[in-house]
Amino acid sequence: MKRFWMSVAVLVVAFGAGLFAYARKPAIGPVQPPHRSAFDQALIEKGAVLASVGNCTSCHTRPGDRSFAGGLAVPTPFGTIYSTNITPDPETGIGRWSQAAFTRAMREGVDRAGNHLYPAFPYDHFTLVSDKDNGALYAYLMTRQPVNRRPRANELPFPLNVRLVLAGWKLLFFDKGAYRDVASQSAEWNRGAYLVNGLGHCGACHTPRNRLGAEKKGSHLAGGEAEGWAAFALDAGSPAPVPWTHDSLFAYLRQGWHADHGVANGPMGEVTGNLGRLPDADISAMATYVVSRMGEPAPQRVAKAREIRTKLSTDAGAIPIPVSAKAETPTGRGAVIFQAACATCHDGSRPQPFGGLDFHLSSTVNAPSPQNAINTVLFGLPAASGRQSAIMPGFAATLRDDQVTDLLAYLREAFAGQPAWPDAADRLAATRGGKYPVSVRPSDGIERGPANVGAQDK
Amino acid sequence: MKLSVNGVPHEVEADPATPLLYVLRNDLKLNGAKFGCGLGQCGACTVMVDGKAVFSCLTPVMLVEGRQIKTVEGLGTLDEPGPMQAAFIEEQAAQCGYCIAGMMMRAQALLEAKPDAGDADIRQALEPNLCRCGTHMRILRAVARARDKMRSTSAASSGTTGRAS
Repeated sequence: MKRFWMSVAVLVVAFGAGLFAYARKPAIGPVQPPHRSAFDQALIEKGAVLASVGNCTSCHTRPGDRSFAGGLAVPTPFGTIYSTNITPDPETGIGRWSQAAFTRAMREGVDRAGNHLYPAFPYDHFTLVSDKDNGALYAYLMTRQPVNRRPRANELPFPLNVRLVLAGWKLLFFDKGAYRDVASQSAEWNRGAYLVNGLGHCGACHTPRNRLGAEKKGSHLAGGEAEGWAAFALDAGSPAPVPWTHDSLFAYLRQGWHADHGVANGPMGEVTGNLGRLPDADISAMATYVVSRMGEPAPQRVAKAREIRTKLSTDAGAIPIPVSAKAETPTGRGAVIFQAACATCHDGSRPQPFGGLDFHLSSTVNAPSPQNAINTVLFGLPAASGRQSAIMPGFAATLRDDQVTDLLAYLREAFAGQPAWPDAADRLAATRGGKYPVSVRPSDGIERGPANVGAQDK
Repeated sequence: MKLSVNGVPHEVEADPATPLLYVLRNDLKLNGAKFGCGLGQCGACTVMVDGKAVFSCLTPVMLVEGRQIKTVEGLGTLDEPGPMQAAFIEEQAAQCGYCIAGMMMRAQALLEAKPDAGDADIRQALEPNLCRCGTHMRILRAVARARDKMRSTSAASSGTTGRAS
């Protein structure tokens, strides 16, 4: 018996030591912060474009503050993570990081000193980024203004505050390695897949996550959530009443709206804002890839889309339910609210993006979750600062909770032909009460970061 | 339908989908709130409902039954302007004046919720209200002045010596 326990102990120790050896990563020696002359100007400019695709500034800059100085609170189901300072400051930023250390952080999620990084930094996507593109990103970031500022410490409970735990997470969920072309697909498709799944990290929002915060492997782009918003499915489950095509998705990503789908809002407004720097060919490649993930729409969907188009071209301006007779039912009351509060824009004749979307076309109204409809009704679409943008007033002060649910019930019935969302009241209460935090952003545009509205050092 | 406007109860006959703005102007003859864009994008129609600023052009009257509505007429009279109105007069903040009732109501809602609102708070709160004449700087000064007036009034009324303002 004693021998048995001895061997168990030896095994445990050996396993533990092996795990520790696996989990620990070596530090990469510090360097003198490289001078601007060390980088080719064209490379820096390429890095600027790539940093936009990666949306680096969204997390690494606090709105209205110094670019890339970090400190933004990123709420996660496990606690609050504060983004790091990625300016080239030698003490508090990445000034002492070599190219190798930077590339390792992107590819493996490990910092220069060898600590595992939390996957709030989406290295599960950035691992796909090529060495060449990491070179350009490094050149760009190392030539930004250094800011000497140490962000707040993360607020995570034990054991999640022990970074070694992340080695286990990586073992379970992380596939390391740069993107490799799929031979059976076109060069454009591969370019799109590289951008969408790599630096673009679309799946970080659009793929559902498991209880440990990892993207579910079998549900790639099947719809997730971000910052209090539903990120719609980009596969066959897309709720868009008129199916996306390469051309419509290209236009949407390029200009931030499309007549068949409306304007980008919530966190997606920042994405289309950021993509403004990308050449047409790359946006087209992204559209090609995503539309291929959606596949050919089913015949019923195509027929329904045709029906919607016919309806919009023949009886535009008509209100779907006569209001006067039904003010005693939830949908009847909702119809009254719609007529006075929404129809002037959403059932009017002004074209998009400054006129409202007809809800027959709305993914939000057709989506499985009422969350985006709730967010939009309560908070609207705020005006962007210093540029044109589509706007919508919020109705949080105007509508009581029961009035919002009446309105939502009407929108579902009249425009999606579906019953009211069963979880609308609960989600509404959690959203209004602040238990479910929502970030409210202007449409199509980045509010933070270099040469963009909102950063202090613009 | 029963409405409470500036503390006065009213009985009105209106289709439930009628915008509150039309009821105020056409039925109750309270013409302070203005029709600007009709889309909730200019703020000329702003009134207060239960202490919060709303666009009355986009608010079906059905929604405000039994709630406390306040319009610019409720802030004071010609002879005795309230602190917000007095501040706007003293700063000569109106040019054509069309936006001013809405500006005052949104500013009033801010100061009632946040009596010590800073200049940045005022700028942010007034963001939805547009002024085509361009008197924004005077409007901002007027709201800051109204804030100081209201604070000294409330300090005086809670103090022992009292002070005429």
